[in-house]
Amino acid sequence: MIEQRVARTAGEVLEPARRERRFMTGSEAVKEAILRSNITMAIAYPITPQSESMHLVGDLYAEGYIPDYFRGESEFAVMSQVAGAAMGGVRVFTATGGPGTLRAFEMFPCWAGMRLPIVCCFFTRGVNSPLSIQPDTIEMAFLLDTGMIMLHAEGAQDLYDFTLRAFAIAEQTDVHIPVGVFADGFFVTHTREMVAVGPPDLKLPPYDPHRSPVPAMDMEGVPVRHMRDPFVMKSNFISYAAHASWQQEVMAAAERSRKYVHQYLGGLLETEDEDADILIMAAGTAVSQSREAIQLARAQGIDVGLVKFKCLRPFPTEEVQHLARRARAIVVPEFNRVGWLAREIKAVVDDNSRVVGAPRVFGGMTMPSEMILAQLKACVPATR
Amino acid sequence: MKRSLIRMSGLGGQGLVTAAHILGTAATKDGLVSTVNPFFGAEKRLAPAESYVRISTEPIHQRGEVLFPNIIMIFHPHVITLGKCYTMPFFDGLQPEGIIIVNAEGELGIGREDLDKLAALGARLYSIPATAVAVEVAETELATNMAMLGALIGVTRIVTFASLREAVLERFGGAKFVASGTTAALDNVLAAKFTKMAQLVDKNMAVMEAAAEAVQEHSLAAPRKGGCHVCGRQG
Repeated sequence: MIEQRVARTAGEVLEPARRERRFMTGSEAVKEAILRSNITMAIAYPITPQSESMHLVGDLYAEGYIPDYFRGESEFAVMSQVAGAAMGGVRVFTATGGPGTLRAFEMFPCWAGMRLPIVCCFFTRGVNSPLSIQPDTIEMAFLLDTGMIMLHAEGAQDLYDFTLRAFAIAEQTDVHIPVGVFADGFFVTHTREMVAVGPPDLKLPPYDPHRSPVPAMDMEGVPVRHMRDPFVMKSNFISYAAHASWQQEVMAAAERSRKYVHQYLGGLLETEDEDADILIMAAGTAVSQSREAIQLARAQGIDVGLVKFKCLRPFPTEEVQHLARRARAIVVPEFNRVGWLAREIKAVVDDNSRVVGAPRVFGGMTMPSEMILAQLKACVPATR
Repeated sequence: MKRSLIRMSGLGGQGLVTAAHILGTAATKDGLVSTVNPFFGAEKRLAPAESYVRISTEPIHQRGEVLFPNIIMIFHPHVITLGKCYTMPFFDGLQPEGIIIVNAEGELGIGREDLDKLAALGARLYSIPATAVAVEVAETELATNMAMLGALIGVTRIVTFASLREAVLERFGGAKFVASGTTAALDNVLAAKFTKMAQLVDKNMAVMEAAAEAVQEHSLAAPRKGGCHVCGRQG
């Protein structure tokens, strides 16, 4: 075990002066992030393609870096248990994915409603029948309205950085809601690539429960009072009144997180050649496949730019509207059947007939860059 | 350097994930850019498994399965004969002048139709009795994956033996590695088979070097009537 020093500021860990480049998988990048995150507790339940990451976090516990760790009885149990830990006033971490996400689902809106700054990684996987253990981002569609902040990592480097930064965003007093850090299963979790990590002997300053907007470990105040003595058991009128203000406050907390997403992630979006004729708008692995497609398209004289979503909740509405103004077509490649990202974009841009919700692959297969290129080519006659 | 896109196809338990890991690590030690990713179903031995290694001098963005490989490594004949693979027909997607390396003793199990298709692509076909080399040199089938890597180096020199040695040492002797629960269990079996780490590395390197020597090219030209499909030999 390496002797660790608590950093004076979060910035020392999030933006270290020196980084070491190492060849690692996404799962190992999670371990590296958690090593530096100064959590008090982690709770695990295995599900492919997440299992390796919480296994490696368990190794951190075995090595003495994490005070407490155990395996819960199910995903639902784990998500309830991390809620308990967070209500108790400690920094806590877990991860799941695919069917595990769905099995635990009831707890996600509860986390937001209880104002718990839990950081959870979601390693996306197909959830439909027929069974798949391979990547598919459909679970993200279901999670869009749970009240949590949603960050989507493109690769292992993002996964390392976003996981650490998620704690900094979640724990702000005026935010204090959960952050889901999403990465595509296998394409990120099991892919080995170069990741630049900070010094292992430095960890985040501890979570301060006194900065929480709701008191930790207080049976008479929210969030515990919400749970043990629900308003709805007393009077529907009181319950309606509580919801009317409380749910809006949770939404407002997500709105207030925008400034911290800017501070810690450099914005909700990242762009390349944003003035191009055609824009690809994508998140996660679809961004990587698009980068390749853009190289192929440029070689054929197609003017195409890239918009990478780093944060999906809160949604970068104004940014997308601004970027879409000049684009003649917006191509949205996705790793799911429903095209939830295209739907989100169509909902906010003017003349949304410009939004091409394709290509889409689902059920686990990869998206060849050539498929995106074909879509870009199809946009050209209409734009010239 | 042209980008190398390598598809390793084999069966669960043959060490494709480890082979890909070691190859990618060696490439990064040679100063190249590499990404590595395995794909498998619910883990079990003898089920189809694939690993993909991308090696280049330029940044690599593309992720997931390699659909258009220029190198295909077949770790077990069942990949072809029983269709234990993720691509059907198996050789679809192979780039022109691609390289195929098959673990086989004698018959390769590749049909005439496929051989003609490969010939038309200008592909180069190689075989290596990888399992036999592993048993002979390291006295364990578990080194089949090392023999396959050795054959790849014999054909392409894609990475250096020095970097491979470092990568093998790191993989088996360095930081704790978790690919999956079963892989960890297999590691323990391996560690018990070799008394010392150094010996393990030496044996693995010896397997690679022997395989690099033993790999053989097969002509893809159509055979004369009655000749062998693969080597053209009569009788």
